[in-house]
Amino acid sequence: MSFISYLLNGISLGSVYAIIALGYTMVYGIAKMLNFAHGDVIMIGCYIVFTLMTGMGLNPLLSILLAIVGCTILGVCIEKIAYKPLRKATPLAVLITAIGVSYFLQNFALLLFGSDTKSFTSVVQMEPIRLAEGRLVISGVTIVTVILCIVIVIALVLFTKKTRAGQAMLAVSEDKDAAQLMGVNVNQTISLTFAIGSGLAAVAGVLLCSAYPTLSPYTGSMPGIKAFTAAVFGGIGSIPGAFIGGLLLGVIEILGRAYISSQLSDAIVFAVLILVLLIKPTGILGKPIHEKV
Amino acid sequence: MKKFSLKNMKKTTKNNLITYAMVIVAFAVVEFMVNGGMMSSLMQGLLVPLCTYSIVAVGLNLCVGYLGELSLGHAGFMCVGAFSSAFFTKYMANSGMNETLRFVLALIIGVLVAAVFGCLIGIPVLRLRGDYLAIVTLAFGEIIKNVINVLYVGRDSNGIHLSIRDKASLNLEEDGEMIIDGAKGISRISRQSTFVAGVIILLIALFVVFHLVNSRTGRAIMAIRDNRIAAESVGVNITRYKLLAFSISAAIAGAGGVLYAHNLSTLTALPANFGYNMSIMILVFVVLGGIGSFRGSIIAAVILTMLPEVLRGLSDYRMLIYSIVLIAMMLFNWAPASIEWRQRISKRLFHKNAEEVQ
Repeated sequence: MSFISYLLNGISLGSVYAIIALGYTMVYGIAKMLNFAHGDVIMIGCYIVFTLMTGMGLNPLLSILLAIVGCTILGVCIEKIAYKPLRKATPLAVLITAIGVSYFLQNFALLLFGSDTKSFTSVVQMEPIRLAEGRLVISGVTIVTVILCIVIVIALVLFTKKTRAGQAMLAVSEDKDAAQLMGVNVNQTISLTFAIGSGLAAVAGVLLCSAYPTLSPYTGSMPGIKAFTAAVFGGIGSIPGAFIGGLLLGVIEILGRAYISSQLSDAIVFAVLILVLLIKPTGILGKPIHEKV
Repeated sequence: MKKFSLKNMKKTTKNNLITYAMVIVAFAVVEFMVNGGMMSSLMQGLLVPLCTYSIVAVGLNLCVGYLGELSLGHAGFMCVGAFSSAFFTKYMANSGMNETLRFVLALIIGVLVAAVFGCLIGIPVLRLRGDYLAIVTLAFGEIIKNVINVLYVGRDSNGIHLSIRDKASLNLEEDGEMIIDGAKGISRISRQSTFVAGVIILLIALFVVFHLVNSRTGRAIMAIRDNRIAAESVGVNITRYKLLAFSISAAIAGAGGVLYAHNLSTLTALPANFGYNMSIMILVFVVLGGIGSFRGSIIAAVILTMLPEVLRGLSDYRMLIYSIVLIAMMLFNWAPASIEWRQRISKRLFHKNAEEVQ
């Protein structure tokens, strides 16, 4: 029974990683850049919800909506100010700029909200479900997280397959110049991608902080790195890949912590990642890289 | 006469000499300021870290600039170098060995162990490319840090005991001594890293990389960077040269780690000093200083390490300003629009100069 409960915890954490990883993977697919600041957008989203809910006593749903709007605007602004001028520069330059943005957001939050850890009140006020005579307890957050994650993944897959904007995204990720020649507005598509990714970051942040209720300016950075790992794990650029990668990573982390060693759980996660990449160098669902001579 | 020979010198040799001279002049100026009492103790405390970061940045630049592979795991190699050398120093603490000799031996051990790790990690990792390689090196760095945090090593009359569970499972005798105490790390290391030692190690590191990149081996490495398939087709052994460059890069990072470890009385593997944040910080030095320019790496490491200290007067705002400066510098240096603008300006200026000369 404890195994099932660990497994459920893992799936819940994995769903959060998956939602964050979606942001990474979409941005990577389109802009071919590692958005290191993504984890910190999550943190900002959490702070917005925290301020609105605990500070001003707003309704949780309304605060989450406002946080999504806030993060979306933030994401688009970051893209316009910091990344757009560097679109034709080397990927490394963009990476360092993203790191700069990440430092900026962390220190901005540090100034605005202080360095002390805030305790975040869960936004999910659902009664936990008790199964098997109370031996298996599934918390409300777990259920909401998993359902939301599945809904988001399905919605995103449908969005990219069925809508014009989604098709434009696929086209830009395939070949930017060719897409432009076909009349796709590349700038708009990239902005849209950042907007979606950052909006998802706000959702992920709220779910993460509802499950692990500590909030500090550095809350976002480690989950961010792990979610990026998840995106690579599943094959970067692929939406279902991010989902699978996130889930696997979360389950491995929780099971590793429970059965092997709590201190080594991160090491186990990364070791599995390395093994997978050695066997399949482009991740589980990644497309093979074709080399032109 | 001297001027004549300087002009005839090869451009690379001249460039290398400028870098050596820069380090030595900086060293002399700092020594002069310290002896003249013109330097605050805070700044003096920064001298060894400055050397450490410069050394690791030089090592990483070899990997990023010449091998063309992005590594986010150099903090891991630093960590390996730091812990293996500190282990040796601690182990030999009561052996009555000459202190300088012990430090030199510790340095050699740190460098060798880091090189071995570089090679071991390089064999699987270098098959990957681009961002996959970056994330795997990051993963290795985190694994190294995590494993060291659960490593317990003690010593008693029966020899060395090792465990990855806890202190009790070592079964040490009464008079036994802990060497590595899990998350508490290695304590009471003799602090032997001085500014002089740091500068000497930096100069050695520079000597090694300059000789490497200007040799046949270095050209083979750069050929792989520029076009792997073309290099392979003219008979360059890809795996061998990649591994060689990666191991040397790791070894230099290890040397930085040795210096780092012997500057502290207690060495612990925290996310702040050996986590991915450190790797990223070093990468920032490399990219800002100019990929492929060792001199640039050193200058960037020095400026960016000093910057938060210089801005200390602004207290809370300093890291915010640091991040804004970082973003602004990147945009100025790399944005195509800004490059074009700078070229226009410099063309205008140089055009004027050219006319004046004629």
